[in-house]
Amino acid sequence: MRTFRLAPDNMTFGFMRLRRVSYPFSALMSIISVLVFLAWGLNFGIDFAGGTLLEVRAKSGQADLAQLRGLGDRFALGEVEVQAFGGNSDATVRIRLQPGGDAAQQAAVERVRETIANDYEFRRIEVVGPRVSGELVQSGTLGVVLSIISVLIYLWFRYEWQLAVAAVIATMHDLLLTVGFFAVTRLEFNITSIAAILTIVGLSLNETVVVLDRIREMMKKYKKLPIPQMIDLSINAVLSRTIMTSTTTTLALLALVFFGGHVIQSFSLAMMWGVIVATYSSIFICSPILIYLGVRDVTEPAAKS
Amino acid sequence: MLRFARWKVASVLAMTMVSFFLIVPSLLPADLRTAMQKAMPKWVPTQAIVLGLDLQGGAHLLLEVDSGDVLRSQVNNLRDDVRRILREENARLSGGIGIQGRTVQFRVPEGSDRGRALPKLRALANPAGASSLGVSGAPPFEINEQADGLLQIVVTDAGVNERVRRAVDQTIEVLRRRVDALGTTEPNIQRQGADRVLVQVPGLQDTNRLKELLGTTAKLEFRMVADPGANPGDVDQLDQTDQPGKLPVEKRVMVEGEDLTDAQPGFDQRTGEPIVNFRFNIRGGQRFGEATSANVGRPFAIVLDNKVISAPRILGPITGGSGQISGRFTVEQANNLSILLRAGALPAKLSIVEERTVGPGLGQDSIEAGKRAAYVAGVLVFCYMLITYGVFGVFADLALAIHIIMIFAGLVLLQATLTLPGIAGIVLTIGMAVDSNVLIYERIREESRAGRSVVLALDAGFNRAFATIIDSQSTMFVAAVILYFLGSGPVRGFAVSLGLGILTTVVTAVTMTRMMIALWYRFGRPQKLPI
Repeated sequence: MRTFRLAPDNMTFGFMRLRRVSYPFSALMSIISVLVFLAWGLNFGIDFAGGTLLEVRAKSGQADLAQLRGLGDRFALGEVEVQAFGGNSDATVRIRLQPGGDAAQQAAVERVRETIANDYEFRRIEVVGPRVSGELVQSGTLGVVLSIISVLIYLWFRYEWQLAVAAVIATMHDLLLTVGFFAVTRLEFNITSIAAILTIVGLSLNETVVVLDRIREMMKKYKKLPIPQMIDLSINAVLSRTIMTSTTTTLALLALVFFGGHVIQSFSLAMMWGVIVATYSSIFICSPILIYLGVRDVTEPAAKS
Repeated sequence: MLRFARWKVASVLAMTMVSFFLIVPSLLPADLRTAMQKAMPKWVPTQAIVLGLDLQGGAHLLLEVDSGDVLRSQVNNLRDDVRRILREENARLSGGIGIQGRTVQFRVPEGSDRGRALPKLRALANPAGASSLGVSGAPPFEINEQADGLLQIVVTDAGVNERVRRAVDQTIEVLRRRVDALGTTEPNIQRQGADRVLVQVPGLQDTNRLKELLGTTAKLEFRMVADPGANPGDVDQLDQTDQPGKLPVEKRVMVEGEDLTDAQPGFDQRTGEPIVNFRFNIRGGQRFGEATSANVGRPFAIVLDNKVISAPRILGPITGGSGQISGRFTVEQANNLSILLRAGALPAKLSIVEERTVGPGLGQDSIEAGKRAAYVAGVLVFCYMLITYGVFGVFADLALAIHIIMIFAGLVLLQATLTLPGIAGIVLTIGMAVDSNVLIYERIREESRAGRSVVLALDAGFNRAFATIIDSQSTMFVAAVILYFLGSGPVRGFAVSLGLGILTTVVTAVTMTRMMIALWYRFGRPQKLPI
């Protein structure tokens, strides 16, 4: 039986040559990510910014967006963001954090609710007070920091320093570009986005480990081969696997993006971006670093294989 | 490669069977499941998967006990204790007993008075029963003696913390009684952190009513309406619920809500208006009887949370130990008030610091969306594996199906909550689970292309890929563990299904496919690999 495959067998593509393209490209993307992040910041959702999110469905089948937007002026609630979806019958109404602590949030929700309860069904109400949002920021930051630390510890034990440095740079690259993705697309950044980021760190490391493991194996096998060729050989060897896995993962995530519903759409989108970036960086960012670090200095790999 | 220990085969088969039985109850309709729970012996698994509030709809409220309120009442109690002790010991005060923040201070000029009162005051701080000591064992108060007989009693941090802890315990008790009165299934009420209570009520339609029930302190007092000539220091000006303007009410409380034994909604026999009927305990009945006998013809005020509900005139002594509260209620208000009175008052004010409510409609939509995404992802990955690896793809797909069953079985076994991000986690593992198979298959192909025989290539493929699989899966597992400990609710659901997915992959993608391929080889004895 002839089977279908995306990467031909016995490929001998010169990936390392492409570093002259991929490095400037990644540098540019990283700079854009940082600049946009600094200039625009992230579009923090109510988990981190506090405030109120209402998801309403018009009983008439047609949400009156102007009326919903007008609620802000009517009750002096500040800017009220209204977004329609689902053929304009549904809308999310986001009210900013009200000054005056937890009681003020509840009072604002109560007023809005009373005003539109006759015309709308409330499908979701989320109110996050100022203190809880502060705590969520803390635990979210802690999560990212902890995951970075555990990645570092893992790599410290697992690899020689050159490979570990390469893996760290690749992971940081993916992290940076994911944050940039949130900043550029203005996708809402919530606690689930932190979950997406931590998963992306895991995925990115997963890709990197597969490539690095093979490089280490080839390193021992072909002691005479120049480093760039040796790395090319390794990448070509794992390429079909890398492509297979990122395709299946992307297929699953595509299903989530299109069919998983609006509640987790930004989560799925971020994850998809993460898979693409992680695959790219494991080949084009992580591996070429080894050329610069002179991986041959290591004669006897420390860890078991 | 071809030989497997019997116990290995048996245990993999057993795991699969058990997993299958574990998820059967979740697939049954709810009424059938309940019937099964009754009919089957205890060891038969009849638990369904626990759905998170985001999927079944419901309310999630995080409430915070007002520590300032707790402290205020603690300091007030302390002042009352001090006054009592000084009176008992006939100690003469110069000036009054002042309260400043967490300090009670007063001046006892005579040394001999101080000498008699101090040991008793110290006993307050170090009571014989250790129960009022903090967990740390630190005393709740400190007594400082200043010059000129000035005494200061300061509530310590340990004292405040201990009191807050007890207030939270009490709050949980009261809230549980209130929520139970709503008649919803399986509400979850638990302490969170030092001063918070988490209330989760699944499947609730009207969260407004829940919020009213939870947020009301429900401190009920019966007090006399003050005479016009009363000393202003003894009178509170209180708001009224049924009419504007303030009503002067005596500070002294005749009877309190804690002396109620029962409260039921009803209707006034004359006007047909909704009312709340209540009954006092013996002490409350006596006090109420005495107070009403002494004040016939005067109005008294029924005060709830410092608002006057109504101020009826006492027509005659009420000695039967029961009475009614009218206040132009709606039927629901009368219902709520009777629930609140039965459940008792909260020890301190509560505020809602976080609310997440999902209506049943959205929950159902999310389940549907999650299912659809899972089916689509499953079919896509199935087909993709099939066209890429042929018969080996079938093995991987079989393993994938069992892998999904095992995740659900794990959720049932742990009684972990399935949330919408949890479904996303499962869908994601559908994509990632085959990674292990892909690693193995690609390795086999490589070895085979390098000229090894079928059986050697198979062997090398499995063995060499194994280290990489463990490596790459453990990195994801670490991410899942961190998420579990950090996240709450939906995010935790994601962490659980992701983690479970990673654990089961190792069983299904590695061991199970290996067995299938071994069987296939033994029966087919192929000369060429189909991939």
